[in-house]
Amino acid sequence: MSAASAATVRLVEPVSPLPTLTPALDAESRDWLQSLRAKDATGQEAIARLHALLLRAARFEVARRRPTLPHLRVDEPEDIATEAADDALMSVLRRLDDFRGASRFTTWAYKFALLEAAVKLRKRAWQGREVPLEPEGWGAFSSAGLEPDAEAEQGELLETLQSAIAEVLTPHQRRVLVALALNGVPIDVLAERLNTNRGALYKTLHDARRKLRTHLQERGLALDTWLEEY
Amino acid sequence: MTERPDLKQALGRLLGPAGPEVGCDECFEQLDRYVELELAGQDADAAIPGLRAHLAGCPACREEHESLRALVGGDQLL
Repeated sequence: MSAASAATVRLVEPVSPLPTLTPALDAESRDWLQSLRAKDATGQEAIARLHALLLRAARFEVARRRPTLPHLRVDEPEDIATEAADDALMSVLRRLDDFRGASRFTTWAYKFALLEAAVKLRKRAWQGREVPLEPEGWGAFSSAGLEPDAEAEQGELLETLQSAIAEVLTPHQRRVLVALALNGVPIDVLAERLNTNRGALYKTLHDARRKLRTHLQERGLALDTWLEEY
Repeated sequence: MTERPDLKQALGRLLGPAGPEVGCDECFEQLDRYVELELAGQDADAAIPGLRAHLAGCPACREEHESLRALVGGDQLL
């Protein structure tokens, strides 16, 4: 597909806008919309079917993450899935007019349930835990058994990185970068603790990363030899 | 240079993707279409520029992409 036929997207870094396509709705998606908007028993039945669909998606997400949450009580996974499906149902019904048919209706609806379940599970995993805002994760940057040259090169990179984090970033950028990218705090957990949202935090993280990259490149560090770039 | 996968991953988390990327809100808006294009074997990255880079830089959105792809992909096998 050419860039000219791609849909408009909002980038963290502004680029030229592309035209939006509004495809025709497939028959199944059209049926979903018509049924959900019905004011009679058809509407109630469609809402019940939608809730069942969302519950299935939420259970799918809970099951995928269950092995990483061994401390959950026996009844908690089903409670979380049900709560996620309930919240997703409200979101889908509230945003029904936003659905333009860029995908099938069921795919569009699933993402709300997956998001709700994932966010609840991340928060549950960090419930009662302190969110570390000071660097704890530099261990991952050390490699044992390196040749002396490589060790020196790595040492220079780490020193430059650490001083850049301390000197180039604002205090807020530093806290966000350290928590998310060094200490592995989930973005939804940090957003809740800092009373903000995922989008705003990611923008802060993005700006901090850009500053670090610029700083490292200005000091002649060839980042493409250290990273798999996208 | 000695291969250091842990260091590469740690630096990747710290410095994020190099190219332009969408934000989390835009990623959520486009995720359903992106997944269907992927599953249909079409060029989702050309259709929705910046989303793949965002998935590389945002673990939460990446997890949700993986889940939606697995769920919808599983449905298609039924």
